[in-house]
Amino acid sequence: MNLNDYYREMLEGEVIVSYKGAPSQPLFDGILSVADERLAVLEQKSKVRKKVYHIMIEALQNVYHHTQGEGVQKSESPETVLFVLSKNTTGYEISTGNYIPSSLVATLQAHIERINRSSADEIKQLYREQLHGGEVSVKGGAGLGIIDIARRSGEKLVYAFEDTGEDNSFFSLKVKVSA
Amino acid sequence: MENFFLEGTNKTPQLDFNSNEGRFLIAGRSIPENSIEFYKPLFEWLDNYVSQAKSNTILDVKLEYFNTSSSKCLVEIFRKLETLQQKNDNVLINWYYEEDDEDMQESGEDFQEIIDVKIVLNQMEEED
Repeated sequence: MNLNDYYREMLEGEVIVSYKGAPSQPLFDGILSVADERLAVLEQKSKVRKKVYHIMIEALQNVYHHTQGEGVQKSESPETVLFVLSKNTTGYEISTGNYIPSSLVATLQAHIERINRSSADEIKQLYREQLHGGEVSVKGGAGLGIIDIARRSGEKLVYAFEDTGEDNSFFSLKVKVSA
Repeated sequence: MENFFLEGTNKTPQLDFNSNEGRFLIAGRSIPENSIEFYKPLFEWLDNYVSQAKSNTILDVKLEYFNTSSSKCLVEIFRKLETLQQKNDNVLINWYYEEDDEDMQESGEDFQEIIDVKIVLNQMEEED
């Protein structure tokens, strides 16, 4: 699959906000504020609204930190990120796509797999351990973000890595929130 | 020592730390990309406060959203209050959450679990 295929797949359901292009912090702030306004109209349950919004914040910051990280080849295409917030019959889907250095794939995959194998209670414990023991880093809680997303979502994370044949891999992540 | 005050924005919380009264407030949203950069001046202020504090300190936390990098910084702030408590000062943290916000309630419980200071969970009436 290429990037456009991923994007097309993400655009299933009723799209609330979508973006494909270069990452930038002001732009992510814009996406968040548009989503905030749309969700206020679309979603009656403030509990669900907050959950979706919170996961969006964390997911976008993950993408941002990945793109700020060293090692991603700065050719034109790897600068592209994808983001989609959509609504379907069961709830909401938050999808992101971005390039990461291929050297990080194994670690990230093991991290997500561990989370996906864990029960809600185990994820909670995992979160607490990381919060308790982890160092405050400039990049933020690298491992904590995805644990937090999984914990709030309560659903398995859907993800894929695709080797681009260069030094980068495309990482896509889909998070579901039932409404 | 001087008080520490910072107006809130849509990404950073209001910080209102009154050293004379030992009354502190963190309120609003804490979702900056670089939380440590944001909280660093407060960490330094708190180190100073801890070295010369009064006998009672109360911190109210009324956050609507906070990201995971902020949660690390909150741990750091709470740990500084732990130090204060070890010096036999009275320390209390009030953690506020809105009525139906179970995630925020659970976050309060997370901190209760890992921080050795009394954290009281307070439910607020929903605003909207």
